[in-house]
Amino acid sequence: MLNFLARRLAQIVPTLFFVSVLIFSLQQLLPGDPALVMAGEERDPAVIEQIRHQYRLDQPVPVQYIYWIKGVLVGDFGESLRNKMPVRELIAQKLPVTLQLGAMAIIIAFLIGIPAGIVAAVKKGTAWDYGANFFALWGISTPNFWLGIMLIFLFSIELGWLPASGYVPLTENWRASLAATIMPAFVLGNAIAAILMRHTRSAMLQVLESDYVRTARAKGLSERSVILKHAMRNALTPIITLGALELGTLLSGAVLTEQIFSIPGFGKLIVDAVFNRDYAVVQGVVLVTATVYITLNLVADLAYILVNPRLRG
Amino acid sequence: MTAVLTTTPITDTGELDSPARRARRRLFKRKAAVAGLVVLIVFILLALLAPLLVPYDPIATGWSLVRKPPTTAHWFGTDELGRDILSRVIYGARASLLAGLISVAIALGIGVPLGLVSGYRGGFVDALISRITDAMLACPFLILAIALAAFLGPSLGNAMIAIGISATPVFIRLTRGQVLSVKAEDYVEAARALGNPDWRIAVSHILPNILPALLVQATLSIAAAIIAEAALSFLGLGQQPPSPSWGSMLNAAQRFLTQAPWMAIWPGLAIFLVVLSLNLLGDGLRDALDPRQR
Repeated sequence: MLNFLARRLAQIVPTLFFVSVLIFSLQQLLPGDPALVMAGEERDPAVIEQIRHQYRLDQPVPVQYIYWIKGVLVGDFGESLRNKMPVRELIAQKLPVTLQLGAMAIIIAFLIGIPAGIVAAVKKGTAWDYGANFFALWGISTPNFWLGIMLIFLFSIELGWLPASGYVPLTENWRASLAATIMPAFVLGNAIAAILMRHTRSAMLQVLESDYVRTARAKGLSERSVILKHAMRNALTPIITLGALELGTLLSGAVLTEQIFSIPGFGKLIVDAVFNRDYAVVQGVVLVTATVYITLNLVADLAYILVNPRLRG
Repeated sequence: MTAVLTTTPITDTGELDSPARRARRRLFKRKAAVAGLVVLIVFILLALLAPLLVPYDPIATGWSLVRKPPTTAHWFGTDELGRDILSRVIYGARASLLAGLISVAIALGIGVPLGLVSGYRGGFVDALISRITDAMLACPFLILAIALAAFLGPSLGNAMIAIGISATPVFIRLTRGQVLSVKAEDYVEAARALGNPDWRIAVSHILPNILPALLVQATLSIAAAIIAEAALSFLGLGQQPPSPSWGSMLNAAQRFLTQAPWMAIWPGLAIFLVVLSLNLLGDGLRDALDPRQR
């Protein structure tokens, strides 16, 4: 176990290094002089020169990288051009919002995806199975921003049940907070539910054909107990770690969902930063996202080993 | 003693067919995949024949026609500038399908050679390419595409490049994995024993054998790329106005959702149908090309 952990950690270091190089080099893609782009409307040569000096654009690229990464390693992602706030603070402000949304989305995804997958596998070839498969295809093929707009139309404009946009912190008023986030969380969770359903179904089908399930049936256990106690437990182990890996889908989805529902989270932060040409924020957000993703991957791997005794050794 | 030669009569003439033909027959047996293919062909025809099919000019504005609900003259209604939505949806197919095809072509063009080199060569080159792939995969697809598009500047061309680059690591990893699994096969050993140069073994012997897996992934990636293009255009980072694209139409639609809900239905439905048809086709291809199904 320790050996595995050491090996995985040794793998993460170069990956993180390349992530940082990748994100840093985004800046090199800016057409023309980055100092001019950062200056925006400002055309005063002295100001542009000052920007060039402040961001060390007058130094060679590798030197710029070293300065940048030195800051990043101590949590300094630079300053937002727009808000004149440290990028770190902006991220710390917006991250909890997206975490709440993401946690709700994952819960919704598990609540829909896993039962649907189990039912589809147990009732293979019936209308239930076709229905669940259709749901999965629908979930994978529907663009989440379209689903969001349609839900706003139905539940906010036509029925007037839920607010169309905005966000209330959970600590302030949990009812209003849930009302404001339930639609976007469903939009986010929907696609993941579809993926989870497909995986659950195939894992369950495999397990249901195994010897120990046949044994469980042979010794006269009720079908309910065979499925819930024997089959499901074994089929779900990989699925739970798989849920963690869908974080990428979740974060990608959050960008558009937060935009549509005007939720001031991580996704909206990056979009606003893109439009304000606030490149330090864009880089900071992508870097934090990638680091979180890599860490969760590691946690998922460890969890998988912990719950699966056969892999311990 | 005389040996009796028995012959086994071929009951299924299909056994004599080439693998490609067998795969095609299996694909056509799947109703869902065929339906996907038909819908996709309809959209391709719409995109190709758009100038002949549209009832109105997709960018012609009409102040007397602002936000009119669907009528016999304008089947899908009109938008906030009085433009015919049906014509814009038909023209929008061009941007979407083109973006899907070109960005996946970029991803294939970069990803497959790198994957071949990585898997075939091994060693330091493999380690380097693999770590870069890991780094790219650690950035969620759409976030990477948005960041790239932001730095490249908003246009349909740049959106395609951004999506293509973001989709590349999947193809590197897939190709590398496939190469590793066929590298030890006898026919590759035989080709090597005959003295073929490495590049020829990779291109003529390995590549054809990993094509099925690439084809399936490419189909599913086109679906993802079309959603990504719509997402970038929705955010204003893709197709620029007044050129029609489904994503930017949805952006406008959200602003007028209370007054003109029909504006939101058609472009979204078009994205859904194209993506659904590609997913159905991809699933069908996977089943048809998977040798374990035989």
